[in-house]
Amino acid sequence: MLYVVIVYLWASILLYLLLGGADFGAGIIELFTSEKNRNRTRKTTYQAIGPIWEANHMWLIIAIVILFVGFPAIYSTMSVYLHIPLTIMLIGIIARGTAFAFRHHDAVVDDWQNVYNRIFTWSSFVTPLFLGIIAGSAVSGRIDTQAVNFLDAYIFSWLDWFTVAVGFFTTAICAFLAAVYLIGETDNETDRKRFIHKAQTSNILAVFCGFLVFTAAYFEGIPLFQWVFGNLVGAVAITAATLSLILLWYLLRQGKTKILRVLAGFQVTMILLTVTWQHYPNIVLLADGGYLSLTEHHGHAKTISSLGWALLLGSIFILPALFYLIYSFQQKNGAKEAH
Amino acid sequence: MNDFIAARSQMALSLGFHIVFSCIGMVMPFFMAVSHFYWLKTNQVVYKNITKAWSKGVAIFFATGAVSGTVLSFELGLLWPEFMKHAGPIFGMPFSLEGTAFFIEAIALGFFLYGWNRFNRWFHWFTGLVVGISGLVSGILVVAANAWMNSPAGFDYVNGQYLNIDPIAAMFNDAWFSQALHMTVAAFVATGFAVAGVHALMIAKGKNVEFHTRSFRIAAIFACVAAVLQPLSGDISAKDVARRQPAKLAAMEAHFETRKSAPLILGGIPDEKNKTVKYAIPLPGMLSFMAHGDFSAEVKGLDAIPEDEHPPVAITHYAFQIMVGLGMVMMLLSFIYFIALWKKKSWLRSKWLLNFFVLATPMGFIAVEAGWTVTEVGRQPWIIHGVMRTADAVTPMPGIAYSFYLFTGVYVSLALIVTFMLYRQIQMVDKLYDVLPNENPEKH
Repeated sequence: MLYVVIVYLWASILLYLLLGGADFGAGIIELFTSEKNRNRTRKTTYQAIGPIWEANHMWLIIAIVILFVGFPAIYSTMSVYLHIPLTIMLIGIIARGTAFAFRHHDAVVDDWQNVYNRIFTWSSFVTPLFLGIIAGSAVSGRIDTQAVNFLDAYIFSWLDWFTVAVGFFTTAICAFLAAVYLIGETDNETDRKRFIHKAQTSNILAVFCGFLVFTAAYFEGIPLFQWVFGNLVGAVAITAATLSLILLWYLLRQGKTKILRVLAGFQVTMILLTVTWQHYPNIVLLADGGYLSLTEHHGHAKTISSLGWALLLGSIFILPALFYLIYSFQQKNGAKEAH
Repeated sequence: MNDFIAARSQMALSLGFHIVFSCIGMVMPFFMAVSHFYWLKTNQVVYKNITKAWSKGVAIFFATGAVSGTVLSFELGLLWPEFMKHAGPIFGMPFSLEGTAFFIEAIALGFFLYGWNRFNRWFHWFTGLVVGISGLVSGILVVAANAWMNSPAGFDYVNGQYLNIDPIAAMFNDAWFSQALHMTVAAFVATGFAVAGVHALMIAKGKNVEFHTRSFRIAAIFACVAAVLQPLSGDISAKDVARRQPAKLAAMEAHFETRKSAPLILGGIPDEKNKTVKYAIPLPGMLSFMAHGDFSAEVKGLDAIPEDEHPPVAITHYAFQIMVGLGMVMMLLSFIYFIALWKKKSWLRSKWLLNFFVLATPMGFIAVEAGWTVTEVGRQPWIIHGVMRTADAVTPMPGIAYSFYLFTGVYVSLALIVTFMLYRQIQMVDKLYDVLPNENPEKH
């Protein structure tokens, strides 16, 4: 059952990155859209994510519940040493979710919309940035459980060039996912072209940020290159992602939407696979060379087995309903546009 | 402000904020389902408009409730890592099931809010009902997790170690039923009176009377039925607390001395130093009866409990008095409303009855907040009753006060914006929802 739980943990992190990431990305795209096109982008975004954003957000809850029920030592260590970035991420989540609801459900449309919009776009940018920083700090080996002073224990545990680079990389990936997704959500030819262009820009940015991550890792003394290419799975996954990138660029120019989404999702999945595979089953690397491992630092056997059953049972209800939700709104959005 | 107090304040603030939104998100869908049902059955547009107007409120409250709930699930670790390290694997079962319920709620809400004119009418209605049911289930599960903190079960605590863990037994701890029942009914009372009060105010002002009268009726009936049932669940809770947490009961009642035929103390100012209550009205034997169903039974006082395990008496006592007092007022109002419905139809059009409901608008939520204060403050100094002290669970990170100020700022501004938006929503009823059928039948 432990492996079932681990698979669910990985899958919910992946789905949060893909679906929640595209959600955040939509806000980032809006942030970097010129004033004159912003309203149209906003409308497309709303149609695309309005019905599903609450559900997209749930993957984070699932991941966190799996962590605190199944792997309490990992959850509480991260909670203590990454308190500050977690808090910033939470404020981002609050700001973003409420601003999204406010701007669409406020009965009066006036200048307040500008306030909601600004909060929505900036929090869409800040939240994945800190999500990336948190992910980066988990593997950067800077969490020092012996640290005595405030800076070492609670600031430098998460703040360095490497984690910041990972943060920007995550943000760029979110923007890329959103842009690719939005191409298929509009029938307006100008908007389509705009989203294709956004997809290209954000893809270049993501590759550039990826390069920054490697550079920062080199200067911070983190053997990232070795981690990624030093094992077969990582090397194959990253090569497959790169090769699919070429195909993606070719198809982007033709604007084929369905297959583009699959390719973008594939690339992000491969990246997550690569970065998690090398350390598996370790999830947090500590400054003293220790680690927190999924196979060693889990809850009692009975906890894991009931958690596993709860997850299996839950997915019987959730997955078909979620699939039908996404399916029907895509279909209906498309149909509505066609008339 | 030291870190421990700051952490407790932040947790109290977050919970106090979340609870309002989650109650509304849990209960409003049922009101919606009723008016939606009327619309499908009778084709009276006013019911469709009521459903839509309410659904806007639900969308806003759900979003706010969902994010504040997310914050809470992180705050458990951010503020009480030592607690979560041990408790997570034991009391986590309801949380993992709650994840499913909440997920379904989010999916169903997507269908409901965006599904007008897109699906079969009854399927659409059903998705709205699912929002309510799954919301209710997730509420019950979260309360079951809290109940475990009051009534730890499903493990053996031996020499500081948590052994023989059984998450299912932990979930079905002794307190889960009474707490979940009391909270669920409270959610209906609070939301019902809040919604009914807002509509009553609009009727009293003579605005969109048809729309508000029908809305009022649905909310008021829910509220009043729940308010009449609530004392029964309160009685179950009181007996349960007396048995499991005598210290909490003693603090609720400011009952300092163990004695037989203990009186129920109404009001009063507890003096914790001299262990007396000033200016209170004692009802002889009533506490013994309430706690043990026998007027002469012995009720444990705070003197039977070591000093360092006393909960703060004054806060717990005041909060309990407020909760019970408001509960009684709402129950009385409910009886008056039922009389009006059955015997005295003329009362229904009278100003005074409406004004009573306007006055009752915040009562339910004040009672809910007071009730949670009793539950949480009354459990102190324990975070896991009898096993782990709250002070031993707090995060080692210094400077929590700043985090508390930050979250206070965030929650205060959110509360202000939401209130402001509801005000605008109500102001716009004229334009958006109170449309005659032939004017704009396709309005949505």
